[in-house]
Amino acid sequence: MAECHPVGFQWVMEAKARGAKVIHVDPRFTRTSALADVHVPLRAGSDIVFLGGIINHVLQTDGYFRDYVVSYTNGPVVLREDFRDTEDLDGVFSGLDPESRSYDNGSWQYQGTEMQAASGERDQEYPKRTGGSSVTEAARGESHGSGGADLGEGEAERDETLSHPRCVFQVLKRHYARYTPEVVEEACGVPRDLFRQVCDLVTQNSGRERTTAFAYAVGWTQHTVGVQYIRAASVLQTLLGNIGRPGGGILALRGHASIQGSTDIPTLFNLLPGYIPMPHAHQRQDLDAFVRAEATRKGYWGNMRSYLVSLLKAYWGDAAVAENDFCFDYLPRLTGSHSTYETVMAQLEGTCKGYFLVGENPAVGSADAKMQRLGMAALDWLVVRDFSLIESATWWKDGPEIETGEMRTEDIGTEVFFLPAAAHTEKEGSFTNTQRLLQWHHQAVEPPGEARSDLWFTYHLGRLVREKLARSTDPMDRPLLDLTWEYPTRGEHAEPDAGAVLAEINGHDADGVPLSSYQQLEDDGSTACGCWIYCGVHADGVNQAARRTPGQEQDWVAAEWGWAWPANRRILYNRASADPQGRPWSERKALVWWDEDEGSWRGHDVPDFEADRSPGHRPPPGAKGPEGLSGIDPFIMQADGKAWLYVPSGLTDGPLPTHYEPQDSPFPNLLYGQQRNPVRHLLPPHPDNRYQPSGEEPGSEVFPYVATTYRITEHHTAGGMSRWQPYLAELQPEFFCEVSPGLAAERGLEHTGWATVVSARGVIEARVLVTDRMAPLTVQGRTLHQVGMPYHWGPNGCTTGDAANELVHMSLDPNTHIQETKAFAVDIRPGRRPRGPAALELVRAYRARAGIDERTGTEL
Amino acid sequence: MREDAPQEEPELRAVAVRAYGVRAPPGNGITERADVMGVRTWIDSWPVHRQLTGTDPLGRGAAAKSGTTARLTPRVASADRVVKSVCPYCAVGCGQNVYVEDGRVTQIEGDPDSPISRGRLCPKGSASLQLTTGAAREHDVLYRRPHGTEWERLDLDSAMDMIADRVIEARRAGWQWEVDGARTRRTLGVASLGGATLDNEENYLIKKLFTAMGAVQIENQARV
Repeated sequence: MAECHPVGFQWVMEAKARGAKVIHVDPRFTRTSALADVHVPLRAGSDIVFLGGIINHVLQTDGYFRDYVVSYTNGPVVLREDFRDTEDLDGVFSGLDPESRSYDNGSWQYQGTEMQAASGERDQEYPKRTGGSSVTEAARGESHGSGGADLGEGEAERDETLSHPRCVFQVLKRHYARYTPEVVEEACGVPRDLFRQVCDLVTQNSGRERTTAFAYAVGWTQHTVGVQYIRAASVLQTLLGNIGRPGGGILALRGHASIQGSTDIPTLFNLLPGYIPMPHAHQRQDLDAFVRAEATRKGYWGNMRSYLVSLLKAYWGDAAVAENDFCFDYLPRLTGSHSTYETVMAQLEGTCKGYFLVGENPAVGSADAKMQRLGMAALDWLVVRDFSLIESATWWKDGPEIETGEMRTEDIGTEVFFLPAAAHTEKEGSFTNTQRLLQWHHQAVEPPGEARSDLWFTYHLGRLVREKLARSTDPMDRPLLDLTWEYPTRGEHAEPDAGAVLAEINGHDADGVPLSSYQQLEDDGSTACGCWIYCGVHADGVNQAARRTPGQEQDWVAAEWGWAWPANRRILYNRASADPQGRPWSERKALVWWDEDEGSWRGHDVPDFEADRSPGHRPPPGAKGPEGLSGIDPFIMQADGKAWLYVPSGLTDGPLPTHYEPQDSPFPNLLYGQQRNPVRHLLPPHPDNRYQPSGEEPGSEVFPYVATTYRITEHHTAGGMSRWQPYLAELQPEFFCEVSPGLAAERGLEHTGWATVVSARGVIEARVLVTDRMAPLTVQGRTLHQVGMPYHWGPNGCTTGDAANELVHMSLDPNTHIQETKAFAVDIRPGRRPRGPAALELVRAYRARAGIDERTGTEL
Repeated sequence: MREDAPQEEPELRAVAVRAYGVRAPPGNGITERADVMGVRTWIDSWPVHRQLTGTDPLGRGAAAKSGTTARLTPRVASADRVVKSVCPYCAVGCGQNVYVEDGRVTQIEGDPDSPISRGRLCPKGSASLQLTTGAAREHDVLYRRPHGTEWERLDLDSAMDMIADRVIEARRAGWQWEVDGARTRRTLGVASLGGATLDNEENYLIKKLFTAMGAVQIENQARV
């Protein structure tokens, strides 16, 4: 965090100055470790063992927050008799279909009722819930984001003593019993004493009086079991009562100015604004069927129809009426995953002909970067919008494949448009930061030359396309022609008014009056709202994101700076900061509480709860939506109002986090016979996306070292915003790899000399940094050396180097379709890499030595 | 103000300008000479004289300060306006003050009012001025024709028109009303990647337009 979010890290240091203990878990010793109380180096790819070990410690020592668990979680819920855990099936759950490599989650459900997922795979139960059928079985890992899940009719059976053998709590206890300190030591390389220290610190700093927070970044998400890493932290934090409370939580440290915003208002294939799922293709699907399948019965997702109809009104305005299902049919439908990696395959197949890159550099930043370039070389046309000539704009001229002779510039038919982009100082708009806070940035100057904002580009592209199709009678063009696309423009460039777009996102009623809360949204077409969770950002017609009351003039919540979704709440689910009676768990940790005299919730933060719902409220039978939530259901997006220790629906790869080895790993799975995540998302075989043998499979010794990629303070992601800046290039002038003195000795690597790093996908070279910061670990009885590589570099810019992503495969998390860049296996050798065709020959030789073919690593 | 102080070495000043962006006001060139000032004034200007006779006997403050240094002002002092902004790099969301003079951004600094960052910026945020005003930025549309070996210039209007035509064509070529008998009403002909560095309003328009086009392959760094 001190490396990649240094200014945010000042708050960690503030906490430390007040007595907080800071633990840093990372394969590398970084600037964060230097400032932490405890640094725990561990094997990249083993975090679920580590977290599972802490969960086991908490359960074995009764270190959990019992009142919180009983009242606010699904710990007491009894599961179905036919559920089988990994304990019973040697590492897989019941419902696994080896043919389709997917789970049927029917047996994961609660006894007595069916839960529908509200985040994650909400489409899983479509046929069951609608009587229809699906054509999307190939990839069900679709919608994910915020949300709860649905309770079907009937009530779940609960045992508040937590003793029923099939209750979640007992299942959890059995599931994690094998995650012992000894196993942690063997699998993670973390000595027992150090592990015990972490367990003690976490449990001592949790409970009524104290809270513990977990902060993570893509070191947890970029794995074939990435979602389950986060889930493991969720299980732990829920057991400890650390969610919805000040100083608690699981904090995603996101890496781009608006990466949170681009998830909320998604440029993602599987989501519509506000985490409404994109519809999958189903027979005879209409709005009602969709809502029936995807919404929840209780909780705020019970109002999904209002959110969706209001969105359709924002998109299609007067054309969206009840008689035509508010143009629901205008939404394109998914058939499986259409992630960026499938898009590459579609480019190679010739299906995808045109590609827009908008401030993104996949030729460096995406896993298996060569595949990205091959995909682009198969396009008819490519539009790149960026500040400088990034690698994704110039690969046809000077990319690595030109050097190896695999491609010749004259043979590449892709037409490339490079359009210069406006900087943040040259346009106005809002970023959503990592804590869900929207902040408006104002325009300082006009963009230079032909540089334009992406708002300008998108608006005028839409305008031109609509003009060209204006006389079309083809029904495929109706959604474009009926689209509401009138935005006021200003200035010589006809820049669209970003404030008007924000107002559309906020929404308005039938009279055009701005809405102030998503609770005003209606499902009858009388309200329009472009993103329901952002409703209120333009309340009273005022840009709330532009509020800037100085921090010095506010309390610690600083509620008058910017605007946080939803409803300017700074801590989600904060009802859980109070006990079931509505009193803060402790005065030290008071955030919101029930005021009996006022008959309402009050507090330092905006209560994340129906304002007048008393703690004693119990809903009448059959109550739906928010009305179905009781006064002790703090997790209002969840269909049962509870935090989920166990996930009955919504995940593609199991209800409980379970350790699987990474796709490419030098080690066998110590915990189960099942080596890898059985339903991990493998892309179709391709000669440039070969997987490696793992564990005890012959050939795995060819790639004996664990590798991981990361960022450093002075550069930014794939380098498009940092490698062209002389100041930053001077601070970190060259691509490097970090290795321990032991590995340097073992492989003859010299400090500041060159190393060649090889995987089954590619070969790169890097300057060698020999450092104790990469501590060797003892894993499964042998010394493991890990290789660390920042992934910022590519061949263009003021500082150049090979891209670490050349080494990484395309095996993805099955829920999020995120690549596994944080744990893979390589070989490393001294000297520079071969040039030209010899580079390809080296990779081929490695593949041959390891016996790699198209089936390697694709086993269930 | 005294005009007779010893001058800093020009090379050092150049370094300072390069490294810190320090800009001295005009009129302090090295053409100023002691011989136009009179001997007494000249001697008065010696640091050692000032150290011995002035209020700075240790020579670590006023006595050691050159006239050039004394005349330096922060470039933000002469800014016409300060525009409130947000750092464009990571997701912490540090506040930035953007200083504008004569229609140009002259400096970007941390905003002390921000309860998030309290005026601080990291090395990347501190390099925002170079990011936004540096020479590495392209200002012109560039075009590479199929099988071409070099970039060509293309005006923005023509580029937009050509792109619109290609979108229509690729969209149509990749159109699917149905897949396996289920309605899809979509195109696989056009895809987009990017958005995490963009404004919410920009992402909103991208998703809206591409969805209306029927495109489903809309992605960004949030997945990568």
